[in-house]
Amino acid sequence: MSDLVLETKDLVKYFPLTRGILFKTKYGDVKAVDGVNLNLRRGETLGVVGESGCGKSTLAKLLVGLEKPTSGSIVVRGQDTAKLSGEEMRLARRNIQLVMQDPYTSLNPRMTVGDIVSEPYQIHPDVAPKNQIRKRVHELLELVGLNPDHINRYPHQFSGGQRQRIGIARALALKPEIILCDEPVSALDVSIQAQVVNLLEELQDELGLSYIFIAHDLSVVRHIADRVAVMYLGKVVELGKDTEIYDHPTHPYTQALLSAVPVPDPTLRGHRDQIVLQGDVPSPANPPSGCRFRTRCWKAQEICATQEPALEPRDKSPHPSACHFAEERDVIHATQ
Amino acid sequence: MAPTTEVQARFGPSIPGTDPSAPLLAVEELRVEFRTRAGIAKAINGVSFEVNSGETLAILGESGCGKSVTAQAIMGILDTPPGFITGGQIKYRGVDVLKRSKEERRQIRANKIAMVFQDALSSLNPVFTVGFQLAELFRKHRGMTRSDGKKRAIELLDLVNIPAARQRVNDFPHQFSGGMRQRVMIAMSLALDPELLIADEPTTALDVTVQAQIMNLLADLQRERNMGLILITHDMGVVADVADRINVMYAGRIVEKAPVFDIYAKPSHPYTKALLESIPRVDLKGQQLNVIKGLPPNLTQIPVGCSFSPRCRYAQDVCKADPPPPLYPVQPGISSACHFWKEVRGDE
Repeated sequence: MSDLVLETKDLVKYFPLTRGILFKTKYGDVKAVDGVNLNLRRGETLGVVGESGCGKSTLAKLLVGLEKPTSGSIVVRGQDTAKLSGEEMRLARRNIQLVMQDPYTSLNPRMTVGDIVSEPYQIHPDVAPKNQIRKRVHELLELVGLNPDHINRYPHQFSGGQRQRIGIARALALKPEIILCDEPVSALDVSIQAQVVNLLEELQDELGLSYIFIAHDLSVVRHIADRVAVMYLGKVVELGKDTEIYDHPTHPYTQALLSAVPVPDPTLRGHRDQIVLQGDVPSPANPPSGCRFRTRCWKAQEICATQEPALEPRDKSPHPSACHFAEERDVIHATQ
Repeated sequence: MAPTTEVQARFGPSIPGTDPSAPLLAVEELRVEFRTRAGIAKAINGVSFEVNSGETLAILGESGCGKSVTAQAIMGILDTPPGFITGGQIKYRGVDVLKRSKEERRQIRANKIAMVFQDALSSLNPVFTVGFQLAELFRKHRGMTRSDGKKRAIELLDLVNIPAARQRVNDFPHQFSGGMRQRVMIAMSLALDPELLIADEPTTALDVTVQAQIMNLLADLQRERNMGLILITHDMGVVADVADRINVMYAGRIVEKAPVFDIYAKPSHPYTKALLESIPRVDLKGQQLNVIKGLPPNLTQIPVGCSFSPRCRYAQDVCKADPPPPLYPVQPGISSACHFWKEVRGDE
């Protein structure tokens, strides 16, 4: 398929756990990402949701090449970026850029806005001739809704929302096809969130970008994503179009997650199906056997401990769901 | 100072001059400013509200609107300097706590009013066990021995549903997960049976499934003990689930007061209305998000007149002149600090 821009196959990242100072011995692995298969088409937004520790930020680092996968492949335009080295990797990175979570720490306080947005051109000098850089930076700032006259200001002179716009301008500098947004609005105030979300949507329409949108806020992801992957302990447990995931979830974890999202409408109080999970997420260093969610699942039976459910369409789930007992349950709308 | 009666053993010494029929907490015309090098930041500019037993009041607002400073002023934990209370009263059962001696204020905020903070990890002392920190409350305020205090600490951890409380009481804060730490904070705040609990963004740092656990726990405990609860948050979803009444704050003022059902159905202030239109909902698809233009004002230079007027789509010349709009009564229980509340509500 020609409009496939990114594909991961059995992507795995383990971080070794070591003991000792002089003679380090490995005694285990933190299984941060454990066999993730995703694909992304042109102009599409793929949302990745999950709780802290589920591996979504490690996935982001793998996709932009900040971490090397333990095994598996990341194919961008037919090229496996996990196997590239040095110069090839530098070129491949142009195509996939990152917008980071915290606009307060991801911008160097000693650099001006102009320096920050033009830095990609310093690293990739062949993208734009030197005399064009200033003009390009002006265009980029205008594109993200900042005043180009503020090019010589420093990050501390901007508010959180404006800083996130600077981060977005920097990500757009090399004209990438794919932008990876790692919690881009979670550090922002509610009234500012909508500004940034709308900007991202406008840019997508204008430039034909593909987004991978990683967030823990399911409401924001519902608003922006075309398809959604739900992650739990390093694995994708359910994958589908936004209406399939939000209106017809079939995996118990997705259902629990959605039922916990507060809806800003007091008339729904007590009229929603509420699933309150017990306990905490198990350690990714020692995940449960079989289905990783079984320790907190109310449907768990013997088969869940022995046989790992594959992420595939099932009898009662038309979209892929990694549960032996996948069955639809509406948890976000009023039930009575 | 051994406790003399059974009531004192549980609730601490009584505060002279309190009137049991007065509201549990009444804040009147409170003003707080921060005197900084960059100028005087007027964090709270005349805030008044009441909370009664068994009631949940939500204070809703964005960062910098003064909601946490209000809580700090009530608890007497404002950093002074740079923060100063420059006017107003904070009344617990009719007693203005600001006029009482330091020791009496300490008694009130230990025994009657308690607070749960946002960041449990930095609010707990990392070098003492959780049990020691809980038992300390009983030792200082109830004169208990170490072993009795520890017994009570275990009971408290049980109360907030921490599994294996007997073992976990000897753990340090870093050995707990985020949700468990917040449970410890709640246990600590409930230790001395307060009548009022102030929860400042209690679930902001937590994942949604854990947030649901914590909010349920708070709601259960409140119901059992008939406590007053002030919930300070920016999350309109959480508020919709638990609050009875809502005060919306903007730039150090309350701009709208209303019962929870009314405010979501028909907001009376343009800021509340814009906020509700700008949040995505998990149960709706293809929503148009309305953007609030501009930024909240710098508190050292609050605009004259209505502080929301530069961002408001209803604003006219009268809004940009002093005095700022007062809280107009809209309906019994609803008031809005907007000259054009009728237009905002859409009733003529």
